[in-house]
Amino acid sequence: MDPVALFTAGGLMLGLGLILSSVLAAANKKLHVFEDPRIDQVEEMLPGANCGACGEAGCRAFAEALVAGRVSPAQCPANEPQNIEAIAHLLGIDAGAQHKRVARLACAGGNNVAASSATYRGVATCRAATLIGGGGKSCAWGCLGFGDCMAVCPFDAIVMNRNALPIVDEDKCTACGACVDACPKNLFSLHPVDHRLWVACKNELRGAEVRRACAVACIGCGLCAKDAAEGLIAIENSLARIDYDKNELASLEAIQRCPTGAIVWLDKEKGPILGEKAIGALAERKAG
Amino acid sequence: MTQETPQVELRTSPHLQRPIRTDAIMRNVVYALIPVAAFSIYAFGLSALLLIATSTASCLLTEFLVRRLSKVENTAGDWSAVVTGILFALTLPPGLPLWIAAVGGVICIVLGKLLFGGLGYNPFNPALVGRAFLQAAFTVPMTRWAAAFAPGRFVQAIPSTLALPFMQAPEFDAWSGATPLAMWKFQQTATDMKDVMSAFMGTIEGSAGETSALVILICGAYLAVRKMMDWRIPAGMLGSVFVFSGVFYLINNANPNPLFMLCSGGLMLGAVFMATDMVTSPTTPVGVWIFGVLTGFLTVLIRLYGALPEGVMYAILLGNALTPIINALTQPKIYGAKKAKAKVEQTQ
Amino acid sequence: MGTATLKKTFSHGIHPPEHKAATVESAITPLPFPPGLVIPLSQHTGAPARPIVEPKQEVARGDKIAEAGGFVSVPMHAPAKSTVAKIGLALTPSGAMTPAIFLKVDLESEQEPPPEADSAASNALTPEELVAAVQETGMVGLGGAAFPTHVKMLVPKGKRVDTVVVNGCECEPYLTTDHRVMLEASEDLFTGVRIALRATQAGCAIIGIETNKPDAIKALAKAAESDSRIRVAPVKTKYPQGAEKMLIKALLKREVPSGGLPIDVNAAVFNVATLAQLGRLLPRKQGLIERVVTVTGPGVERPGNYLVPLGTPVQFLLDHAGMKDTARQVILGGPMMGVAIASLEIPVTKGVSGILVLTDKELAQRPTKVYPCIRCGQCIQACPMFLNPSRLGLLSRKEQYAVMEERYHLNDCFECGCCAYVCPSNIPLVQYMRIAKAVNRERKTAK
Repeated sequence: MDPVALFTAGGLMLGLGLILSSVLAAANKKLHVFEDPRIDQVEEMLPGANCGACGEAGCRAFAEALVAGRVSPAQCPANEPQNIEAIAHLLGIDAGAQHKRVARLACAGGNNVAASSATYRGVATCRAATLIGGGGKSCAWGCLGFGDCMAVCPFDAIVMNRNALPIVDEDKCTACGACVDACPKNLFSLHPVDHRLWVACKNELRGAEVRRACAVACIGCGLCAKDAAEGLIAIENSLARIDYDKNELASLEAIQRCPTGAIVWLDKEKGPILGEKAIGALAERKAG
Repeated sequence: MTQETPQVELRTSPHLQRPIRTDAIMRNVVYALIPVAAFSIYAFGLSALLLIATSTASCLLTEFLVRRLSKVENTAGDWSAVVTGILFALTLPPGLPLWIAAVGGVICIVLGKLLFGGLGYNPFNPALVGRAFLQAAFTVPMTRWAAAFAPGRFVQAIPSTLALPFMQAPEFDAWSGATPLAMWKFQQTATDMKDVMSAFMGTIEGSAGETSALVILICGAYLAVRKMMDWRIPAGMLGSVFVFSGVFYLINNANPNPLFMLCSGGLMLGAVFMATDMVTSPTTPVGVWIFGVLTGFLTVLIRLYGALPEGVMYAILLGNALTPIINALTQPKIYGAKKAKAKVEQTQ
Repeated sequence: MGTATLKKTFSHGIHPPEHKAATVESAITPLPFPPGLVIPLSQHTGAPARPIVEPKQEVARGDKIAEAGGFVSVPMHAPAKSTVAKIGLALTPSGAMTPAIFLKVDLESEQEPPPEADSAASNALTPEELVAAVQETGMVGLGGAAFPTHVKMLVPKGKRVDTVVVNGCECEPYLTTDHRVMLEASEDLFTGVRIALRATQAGCAIIGIETNKPDAIKALAKAAESDSRIRVAPVKTKYPQGAEKMLIKALLKREVPSGGLPIDVNAAVFNVATLAQLGRLLPRKQGLIERVVTVTGPGVERPGNYLVPLGTPVQFLLDHAGMKDTARQVILGGPMMGVAIASLEIPVTKGVSGILVLTDKELAQRPTKVYPCIRCGQCIQACPMFLNPSRLGLLSRKEQYAVMEERYHLNDCFECGCCAYVCPSNIPLVQYMRIAKAVNRERKTAK
């Protein structure tokens, strides 16, 4: 091959490379945005699930907010305590208090206790079933049990039990709220973990009408309100409602007179605890 | 409440459905392919029968085994693998060693279909993917054409059919022939109306199912009438082949005449059974016409100016590749859209 | 084909089997009163009605028991002489519980007949007074949508209606209520058409009837000879010919803009059953207390067209018509757009045009297996709105609900069911659309 042509070609490529790289170098300098290197460091110590439970748009945004001093490290509910400490140490700020919140389900009507009025056939999600006559459960408010919440949970904190009712793992739940949005019956809500007294029902009907649909529904009898500490429980729309401003008054006593087991005590280890009366009634129902 | 009554059922509307299911469509395509396959066996004898059986078995078995091994719902029963198997066999030269056909069947199903997620997700026609693979990997056996209507074809297979894997296939001069398209391409044989007639009736050499245009057209009409095939694709493709090859014929008389172009090679089989594969052809009414005309045009171009005598396979594969773009560009204009736009312009 | 046989129609659509023979010959027969009636306060599009009765109060037949909850709302009337049992929650076809008035019917005493018509008084009303009078009748679209009729009759400032389109298509299979009403109440229908003409101040009215009802076309065309403003136009028998946008396209060659209303193309559409009822009620200053319902399907022993007091539980109606043991699905409305109900306690409301009962046999024939989309494009060629249902369905499965709305015109889908009807892969396209719409709606209200 002609050596002149070879050199011309090589020279051209070399020259082109030089020009382009200098353009890139100049652009890099000119367009450079200063970014606090601590943002990357902080982000490394976050769970990286981008769940949004902190209120920011993902972990990166939370890291930026931390470095900017707008939030405290403990506001990420999904993070491990040692990581929170490490972030606080790195930024030289207070870790803040982690108010652990969890998702709670306002229904106890698994398919062992709640009746169904029709058989739904179609796309097997709660969202789809709700649109077809409510999904076929006798209680119009009740959990349909297809597990949309389980599917959407980014932390695998929800499992369906054998009665097709979702169970929330308090340790894994970060209160990101994905299940709250996913549930078409709006049965999930986020609560501080120390809200142990809980009404696991949303049925607004009364008495026999409710019992026909579900054995563990709130029938609006008001016994719990009578027994409980002043103002702790009230009946609204035939449904017991707990005033969590008076949460310190709540105790295991409040659930004892409930005839159905709609009002429960959510124990961390033992799960939902029912009152004596309700346990008796359910045992009787099972025997009969 | 004590009374045990079966519950009412909740289902989504509509509560009426046209009773034609996907597996029924596939099954009917198989029915429509049976006469084509039968003619092929009539023309090439035992070899064609063995070829079709091997290819179909290979496709079906591959689909079954892969689904089994990947532990998902087995789709071997939806007839689509059978369609692929028969179609694939019909694109092969009748004397092809059976082991090559079996390998091709695996390629069709795995590379052409299951790799993309199975029926409905494959961008290219699986049978043509298999054929394109064989064309590249086994060029020599893929271009050896056995003579049609050879005497003794029903009692004796073409010698190369039973060749062992990777062994030199025995020569079969006594059996060999050449396709009319190849004759035109490589030997500059002029074509006349007699060739057109024999191509139409199928008394010529070619791939197992590429021979009788008449049989293929009749079978295609059956599917079109049952609304299991979009007649616009073959209409567009054949029409465009006719028009474009007509133009080239008028420019230069050495080019084959348009009727010969229509009836020869794999055009009929491709236009009626391959291009119409629902999965890999456009969904919009305008897109379907574009697809047909485009594949027809590409066929003519490849046949006349390409290195190969036949261009249907590549034309359809190229059309498949363009299908998503055609779909995106030909979305139907929705009811009420035009006026809504006009109104916006007015208010601005 | 000569031009004479080219009937007016729209593009796309489907031809489902009609199944109308079982009830088309059966004249409208009144149903006896059930012991209890349930009047949901929200059985129309718009704000719920407000009850104006107390529990234990006695009401006479036709008494107003709830007043309109706003302009887009209608009052409710007592369908029978009865006592208010309670005001509580009742199950609706959607599966939600909504407030309703429960009436205990006085089965002992005679139900008083409706008052005499006073055509002169109603003829003297101005368009505005007429709209108010229509609202007082509690009329809503009886075709199924249950949109308050008076709202459609009020022509907003700057708009104008040149044609009243009267919808006598009844394109849903199985249903024959509109057909029977056209045959049996043509006089009331024409009175209703004239009311609509006066209220909207339109110049003419066209009654569109599908060609599968030649007797109705003939009867109404003859009756229309006396009024030059009203004419009958046969339209092709094709589903969904009775959707208002399709009918406007067929009769007037106009396209309602996307997201718009018929009034944007100077038209107002009313169902024949609506106008026939209105023509009967308005001159008598009566409220809507009963409607014609086709009870049909393989699960019914005595299919027919019944004049049903509103609020009658479906169970009572089906007991009367004879429900077979094999009945397994009860649908309010027709088979294409009707909703399957979970409980027979659900009452017949103003928008219920038919009750279709299917048996084990039909359900067994319906496939449950869903195949992947094979991109056959049949849905695209069936969609009367020219949408791309296959694309929408795929996006819905991937939960791309916002994209569906922004780029693929999700909200133009009116769930006619053509796409799911033709889909060979049995993909529940309509349900996918509904899921997407429901999620989008929820997200919008959350914002």
